[in-house]
Amino acid sequence: MELKQSLGLIAPEILLSIASLVLLLVSAWAGDKASRAISVVACFVLGACFFIVAPTVCAGVAGPDVVAFNGLFTADAFSGFAKLLIFAATGAALVMAPKFFERTNSMMPEFPVLILLAALGMCLMVSATDLMTLYIGLELNSLASYVLAAFLRNDERSAEAGIKYFVLGALASGILLFGMSLTYGFTGSTDFGTVRAALTGDMSTGAMFAVVFVLAGLAFKISAVPFHMWTPDVYEGSPTPVTAFFATAPKVAAVSLLMRVSLDAFGMQADAWRQIVLFVALASIVVGALGAIGQSNIKRLMAFSSINNVGFILIGLVTGTVQGASAMLVYLAIYIAMTAGSFLAIIMMKDEAGAPVEKISDIAGLSRTKPALALCLAMMMFSLAGIPPLFGFWGKFVVFQAAVEANLVALAAIGIAASVIGAFYYLKIVKVMYFDEPADVVKGQSDWAHWALLIISTAFISPLGYLLTTWLGGIADKAAATLFLVAA
Amino acid sequence: MIHTIAFYIFAAMVIASGALVITARNPVHSVLWLILAFFNAAGLMVLVGAEFIAMLLVIVYVGAVAVLFLFVVMMLEIDFAEMRAGFVKYFPLGVLLALILVSEMILGIGAYSAGSMHLGTADGVGTPLMGESNIRSIGALLYGRYLFLFESAGLVLLVAMVGAIVLTHRERGTVRGHQNINKQVRRRPGDATVNTRPEVGKGIEL
Repeated sequence: MELKQSLGLIAPEILLSIASLVLLLVSAWAGDKASRAISVVACFVLGACFFIVAPTVCAGVAGPDVVAFNGLFTADAFSGFAKLLIFAATGAALVMAPKFFERTNSMMPEFPVLILLAALGMCLMVSATDLMTLYIGLELNSLASYVLAAFLRNDERSAEAGIKYFVLGALASGILLFGMSLTYGFTGSTDFGTVRAALTGDMSTGAMFAVVFVLAGLAFKISAVPFHMWTPDVYEGSPTPVTAFFATAPKVAAVSLLMRVSLDAFGMQADAWRQIVLFVALASIVVGALGAIGQSNIKRLMAFSSINNVGFILIGLVTGTVQGASAMLVYLAIYIAMTAGSFLAIIMMKDEAGAPVEKISDIAGLSRTKPALALCLAMMMFSLAGIPPLFGFWGKFVVFQAAVEANLVALAAIGIAASVIGAFYYLKIVKVMYFDEPADVVKGQSDWAHWALLIISTAFISPLGYLLTTWLGGIADKAAATLFLVAA
Repeated sequence: MIHTIAFYIFAAMVIASGALVITARNPVHSVLWLILAFFNAAGLMVLVGAEFIAMLLVIVYVGAVAVLFLFVVMMLEIDFAEMRAGFVKYFPLGVLLALILVSEMILGIGAYSAGSMHLGTADGVGTPLMGESNIRSIGALLYGRYLFLFESAGLVLLVAMVGAIVLTHRERGTVRGHQNINKQVRRRPGDATVNTRPEVGKGIEL
């Protein structure tokens, strides 16, 4: 009976794994020509998972009823919220991919299969309530990501990105695993609840090491400073749809994981990790903003932009309150839309032969040659910069509001000052597109599916998005509350 | 009595074959000595009642790792004489590292036995079943409580396999001179011959 209940709770994960296994078999027999059909099926599978998870998020389920497999896994509203974002972002990456790879004849049917398996890994990450589930989910996602980064195997940059990501990712996994083994040694359990109970009161030096190592390993996965070195190179070298995937879905998964680990497992030692997260948040904001200024490649620029945004998200974690956690979820939802939209616009910038255009100087004067595309990209940039009428402003607003209410006024002030620096490079792209002489490089036509997705994400981040604030905030509040309910 | 004799035989063999691994001139012999060391270590594990680890040593280390070593040694042309050339030069550094390691181990074990480390008490999930072999205890945990993780770990391995194939497998063209009878039979005269009426002064386009 208990097994049956547990299996019911992991229905989306079961669907994802069965679908990926079946599609893997199909791809083995049907070969490369089935790639597009498999991508479409994979999109529908993600959609189905979305609709399985959505009701639990709206209902705000929590508590022992949604814990499966003796406390290894929870399907609470918090994990559900993260899963919805993951499915949406993964679906966007799947829509972007076929057209991009087909030009060089490098689309393989394993691509959607690996993406589905990566999504499965991320579902395990956000639902983990045990260090072992956490690690297996993380590795499932990371291994698939290494392969995806090197997917254009005839392209030197892609291979380089794969190697770099793999070597540094393995190192981070080692650090994380070391922290986890220390956690087990000093608490006697891998279960978050038990770890929390064991870490009350004064913490020994060894347990402190455990917290630091676990946080360092996770900081690598969200590419927060000082563990961000790999990000620009990997983002630049990977095929653009894969970069879009890296910048969205795994970020959601790793940030949610970090939230659960720090608020739940290490929840009684908030003072110990708060200063670490505080430093990481501020350093990410500043390095992300300053590093982006000199970049000439738009994918590299987006890498620094993602580092910068992770810093803003972590400000919510520093507060350690329900409001802060809810603000993080809202920010993540908006961030996904902005980043996926920006990468869609980047993918749609192609030269005459259909080859991708990545240099910022090549998009000069885009407003005259491709006004619609330029308008969408400009709105994304304004939104990422956090300029008021657009929805990106709302994300930053709720995070800073949470920080001010938790008496972290200085932190909020530094964050706002740094976001002004960040605005510089976003606005530079708008300036290049609207006020420079046309470079006349971007000429290629785009797919209707790309246009549809771009228009949806632009509509989401446009002032229309504000119609959603009450609803989005309500759901995020409920989801964040379940995180604290489990912890209490 | 027989227990003690077996222990000393296994222990002496492990140390002897371990020494021979690093002194043997021929790298293939080194790997063979290594395999012998693994077998004897497995025997030691059986003596202390850890049959599962004994089996792991034989299956994983002898069956997979040592054979892999053997493949690498035989397939790659490594000049071992050259690799040994710097032995005397790097010997002091090696000794220094070994000394640091030993002192760290003494410190760590000393601190632990002096009771200055407050380790947590295990939550009891992994307590062995009463009166059962440890293989059965591990199996009960792996396929019972941790079934979910076991299956997920299987998916991780699947991703690793798919990834390796995706990144390295290349479609080979048909072998030259290979006769495709099916294709020959399917071919019709219309596919191979064309009637054209070329204009004077212009070539024909095929």
